[in-house]
Amino acid sequence: MENLQLVLPEIFLSLSIMFLLILGVFKKNSSRLVQSISLAVLIVTAVITFNETIGINETKLFNNSIIIDYLSSLMKIITLLAAFLVLIISSNYLKTFQIFKIEYPILILSSVLGMMVMINSNDLIVFYMGLELQSLALYVLATFNRDQIKSSEAGLKYFVLSALSSGLLLYGCSLIYGFTGSTNFNVIANQLNSNEYALTFGIVFILVGLAFKISAVPFHMWAPDVYEGSPTSVTLFFTMVPKIAALTVFIRFLYVPFLNLIDQWQMILIFLSIASMLFGAIAAIGQTNLKRLVAYSSIGHVGYALAGVAAGTNDGIQSSVIYITIYILMNLGLFSCLLMLKRDNNYYEKIDDLSGLSKNHPMLALSLLIILFSLAGIPPLAGFFAKFYVFKAVIEQSMYFLAIVGLLSTVVAAFYYLRLIKIMYFDEQKEKYDTDHGFWLKFSLTASTLLILIYFIFPSQLIEVVSRINII
Amino acid sequence: MNFPILSSLILLPSIGALFLFFTKSDKKNNFTGKYVALFTSAVNFFLSIYLWILFDPTTSEFQFVEERIWIKDLINYKVGVDGISILFILLTTFITPLCIISVNNSIKERLSEFLIAVLIMESFMIGVFCSLDLVIFYLFFEAGLIPMFLIIGIWGGVRRVYSAFKFFLYTLLGSVLMLVAIITIYWLNGTTDVVKLYNSGIDIKYQNLLWLAFFSSFAVKTPMWPVHTWLPDAHVEAPTAGSVLLAAILLKMAGYGFIRFSLGLFPAASEIFTPLIYTLSVIAIIFTSFIALMQEDMKKLIAYSSVAHMGYVTLGIFTIQQQGIEGSIIQMISHGLVSAALFLCVGVVYDRMHSRLINTYGGIVSIIPKYSILFMLFTLAALGLPGTSGFVGEFLILMGAFKDNFLVAVIASLGVIIGAAYMLWLYKRVVFGKLINTDLKQMFDLNRAELFILSCLAVPTLFFGFYPDPLINTIEVSISDLIDQYNFKLASKT
Repeated sequence: MENLQLVLPEIFLSLSIMFLLILGVFKKNSSRLVQSISLAVLIVTAVITFNETIGINETKLFNNSIIIDYLSSLMKIITLLAAFLVLIISSNYLKTFQIFKIEYPILILSSVLGMMVMINSNDLIVFYMGLELQSLALYVLATFNRDQIKSSEAGLKYFVLSALSSGLLLYGCSLIYGFTGSTNFNVIANQLNSNEYALTFGIVFILVGLAFKISAVPFHMWAPDVYEGSPTSVTLFFTMVPKIAALTVFIRFLYVPFLNLIDQWQMILIFLSIASMLFGAIAAIGQTNLKRLVAYSSIGHVGYALAGVAAGTNDGIQSSVIYITIYILMNLGLFSCLLMLKRDNNYYEKIDDLSGLSKNHPMLALSLLIILFSLAGIPPLAGFFAKFYVFKAVIEQSMYFLAIVGLLSTVVAAFYYLRLIKIMYFDEQKEKYDTDHGFWLKFSLTASTLLILIYFIFPSQLIEVVSRINII
Repeated sequence: MNFPILSSLILLPSIGALFLFFTKSDKKNNFTGKYVALFTSAVNFFLSIYLWILFDPTTSEFQFVEERIWIKDLINYKVGVDGISILFILLTTFITPLCIISVNNSIKERLSEFLIAVLIMESFMIGVFCSLDLVIFYLFFEAGLIPMFLIIGIWGGVRRVYSAFKFFLYTLLGSVLMLVAIITIYWLNGTTDVVKLYNSGIDIKYQNLLWLAFFSSFAVKTPMWPVHTWLPDAHVEAPTAGSVLLAAILLKMAGYGFIRFSLGLFPAASEIFTPLIYTLSVIAIIFTSFIALMQEDMKKLIAYSSVAHMGYVTLGIFTIQQQGIEGSIIQMISHGLVSAALFLCVGVVYDRMHSRLINTYGGIVSIIPKYSILFMLFTLAALGLPGTSGFVGEFLILMGAFKDNFLVAVIASLGVIIGAAYMLWLYKRVVFGKLINTDLKQMFDLNRAELFILSCLAVPTLFFGFYPDPLINTIEVSISDLIDQYNFKLASKT
């Protein structure tokens, strides 16, 4: 076998999942142990990925159905680290609701495995397999707090709509297979010339499926309900981790087989991007639940990330990756704050619950202030740079309309971020919240806030990391 | 000598703020924090005086330039000053300590957080005035929104939330287009370094749109009619120190931006759009003066008068005459001093009576004479009485305007009369007249701190009114060079 060590991360992760399943069944009350092992597994997988694959040139394995290159290695590492952080800060939340079970880390690991397969895929079948693996794990995660009706509703809704979108996606795959005679990205790329228009249908169907997974408008309907109903720690996972994989697939799928059809898909992406940015900004204004608000804000942010992909250049791809990385960082901080709004074993998630936070918990409020201004894209915080790179890539392609609409929607979006700040800083205070948070929760909040705050001192580092991404 | 004096000026207030952040101040006695803030800003002021002494006014080159790689292959951190920017830096470092002294009476709670916001604001403002890279400029320009939003929102008056939102969203909306323009300039020229852009010029095809994008940002910040409506709200609701910062420094960023970027980078477009600026400026002068005449609220009146004064500034800048631009800069400096003083004057009576309405007062001249004298001085300076700095600026602007466009100059001169009318009427109603409201008798005259602040502002107002040479000497060469460059580029169509 050739270069099996290149897929060592995936092999290791799947073996660990099986081992943990067996361990969980045979050992009673082992949720704590399983959690710790899962954390270790994520870190070890990240290290293996870093060691084995980050430095190598583009390599294709298994009959060219899997691709290992810098983009996939980088995105896998980001996915693994994000999953690690989600898992480590969610334990207190789960314990409060008495759903701290062995399945939780195992499901997260399986969905991460699915995402890694997606990121690696160079073939429609492999890509679909990975997508379904991660989706199935996510359905269960959404319903994880099964005693709560909202959580079950969220899971069911997600399942039904997601299955529909997977169906569309599969239909698109079959169309493409029918017209090119292959599912392999590179073979498809060579077969483009003859059937341009027929293939466009296939692209559209697949884009619809992908847009659903990444919750871009107009395929976003599920996001607010699912985000609100799912347990907060799972919402955190939803807003961060699947987006990385979906974005990678977006990039890979559009740029490897269909780069020559850029005229066809660019318009679709621009539309998705503009619609998401505008809708995310406007719809969030009326929300009263923080998790719903975050859902709309994440729809908006996906729009910005897609704007980079729409640019059709390496610069654009790199800016998208930067955007999603910084977005993940901001989201991590935001959810750490949410997980701290706890009093007497109750988590608070209404906007009004933030009222007067700055008087009772000045440091928490200050962190949230920085994170929110960063999400709004105000310099000198990290969120500004994320937008700056994206719009730089977009304007270099003379797509002024996209840039101007995008920037104007940041102004609209600024309104609801400001509203949260207003509630925290200008309104009357309420009862205090608990302050005995776990170490990792505090750590993730402090670390993400500090990174957002001082990013402007070292902006080159992140650029250097992504500048090796070279797809075209 | 390679001491990075400009970076120190930018960083020092932030370091002070950081220090304050980690200082535990007990609730009753906030002196520690205040002295830390005062000390930092005072040191910064002396540092900037030192900068002024070292500054060589005989050249228009940028001085004290520092350049460091910031984002590799993309943006360099570059700062430097020339005759145009140095005075604004001085103004900023001069006003900030006075603001910090003035918080004694007006800010009752969360004092150390307020001081942190003020110091960070100072950092950003100095950054705006000395950055020589468009992206760095934008960064500082926008970053200033955060502390100001908090200052208005947390320590403001009754309608503070509305005003803070209006301020933030208006300015942000104006600025995002400037960001598009900046990125476009990068795409066109491969650099955002202002000095390089001055030398290379910008493709004439794009100048008009780029100019408009910059204009949208500066017009809101200035503020020009008809996008001035955020200013009265922000001023009225902001605490005294906030109003002072806003009027004295924040409004100057746009005037500075017009000179540095609109004239410097887009001469062809500036030439085309001069009538637009003239029209808006004249409307601002006449229209907002009339609005000011009708105000019941003292702060609002001064806010509208600020809009009118900034109308003179934009008018002067786009005359593209030596006198006009010099006048604009002096007018901005003078307005910085005078409007700051006027807001402080309003703050003084507000702290005692908790009312900003004009009809609350009347006949206070016999109760608080010291206050009345100083208030009169600043009233006269605001209407441009010869012998005050307000006169020098207005006179030079009108002189420049007469050279360029007679009609505009005549109408603008009429504005001076209305300006005198509303200021004097304000003074008459507040200070003179019959003492009807008997509560006023309990008012006490200026305390030591207030007297100190107002005198500090009075001295330069009078000094530069009689002897504006130090100011003019500093800016003269830079401006004549700017105009030469402007005309040269216009002639060579770049």
